[in-house]
Amino acid sequence: MTTAPPSPNRLTDQMKAGLDAPICLTWELTYACNLACVHCLSSSGRRDPRELDTAEAEAVIDELQRMQVFYVNIGGGEPTIRPDFFHLVDYAVDHGVGVKFSTNGSRIDADVARRLAGSDYIDIQLSIDGADAATNDAVRGEGSFATAIEAMEHLAAADFGEFKISVVMTRHNVAQLDAFQTLADRYGAQLRLTRLRPSGRGVDSWDELHLRAEQQVQLYHWLLDRPETLTGDSFFHLNALGPENLPGLNLCGAGRVVCLIDPVGDVYACPFVLHDEFRAGNVRDTGGFTRIWRESDLFTELREPQSAGACASCGEFDACQGGCMAAKFFTGLPLDGPDPECVTGHGELALASAGSIPSTTSDHSKPVRVALSPTRRQG
Amino acid sequence: MSVDLDQAWELNDQVALRPEPFGALAYHYGNRRLTFLRAHELVEVVERLAETTDVADAFDRAGVAETRRPAFLKALAALAAGDFIRPRTTATDSRGASTTDTEAA
Repeated sequence: MTTAPPSPNRLTDQMKAGLDAPICLTWELTYACNLACVHCLSSSGRRDPRELDTAEAEAVIDELQRMQVFYVNIGGGEPTIRPDFFHLVDYAVDHGVGVKFSTNGSRIDADVARRLAGSDYIDIQLSIDGADAATNDAVRGEGSFATAIEAMEHLAAADFGEFKISVVMTRHNVAQLDAFQTLADRYGAQLRLTRLRPSGRGVDSWDELHLRAEQQVQLYHWLLDRPETLTGDSFFHLNALGPENLPGLNLCGAGRVVCLIDPVGDVYACPFVLHDEFRAGNVRDTGGFTRIWRESDLFTELREPQSAGACASCGEFDACQGGCMAAKFFTGLPLDGPDPECVTGHGELALASAGSIPSTTSDHSKPVRVALSPTRRQG
Repeated sequence: MSVDLDQAWELNDQVALRPEPFGALAYHYGNRRLTFLRAHELVEVVERLAETTDVADAFDRAGVAETRRPAFLKALAALAAGDFIRPRTTATDSRGASTTDTEAA
């Protein structure tokens, strides 16, 4: 939502140049997870021994309060696995930093649901990737759909109010868009749809899960018809499909208005680029998060005017902004060229001659993991 | 929801403003909505709503030009729709006796 009397400077231009503090940020509290989703952005599974302890996490919250970051999106891993999870949530809320946390629902029993319902400043996002068990569990693992539904039942019974149901769009669940909406309506929840990225374990599953061209068109129109649907502004690359833009900030916010703090305190440009090349520093460094946000070389560079590169001659560039940096990076495409899912088809051409896919620099997968298929695109 | 010049409004106390080069970021801790106030005068208007007699008075004090007032009224209506500002129901002393909380925010 934007409240805008006519202004000489476009808001998005000012955002691209960066703000003194992020609008919100994603904070992954732990790499530990009881699931092993095939598209996990952070390749989570095992806890990292270097994860921030309680005092260090509190210090991060203190900094966010000083910077007036109004809310954080807490995730993981499965954040509720941390023994100090609820303490940290309370600490954040008490310090003026609202919390929205993502969970697979495994720890949301009746007691926890009642406790969560007691705070106005906590928002919950339950992840499912299919509107039925078969579709969901193929991606998130056996039994995970039932677990999430049970958590929704507990939240509804505790009168939590409007929580969010978060779905990563895949070629297997895009046909279930209406079913997801029905499910959300049943629990008085808000539907949030986000884009599948080839990040983390998604490097291995993207080829088989990402939307087909005609499915992108279907999603674009579905979203245009339902502007109240939350998307994290993640589908702006679809804006080139028609004259009408999807609601939201039509820009890549990486290092400009958003960023990610990982469990060990590393700060990355966005939640989808957990890779050394996009690591701006660590909150344990001198000057902490504030200095990284305001002065790190990486973030300074991301706030410089970006070249449209190969997209400069394309008439759709204003609409799609060249798409998602992470999607390009993890498919071996140049960052100043088309998105791999470019709706005009430039991405497919580029993929045919893409460079090698960068190897993961942060993998916390459990030794045995569910693989969707042994095939993997070679770069 | 419409906002008129002769009405008295105030910033919801669940709303925090963060100064930005373009104006301010406003966050509503209750409904978790975020919005951008894209003019410095609009920020001043919103901050001073509670201490002014009515919206017209707030515009005067913030130096909002006549030509921009229709756009500012629309912006205020959008803020009202998001519960960022609320109609002032209790009579507030508009002569400046009780403004310290607002100033300190």
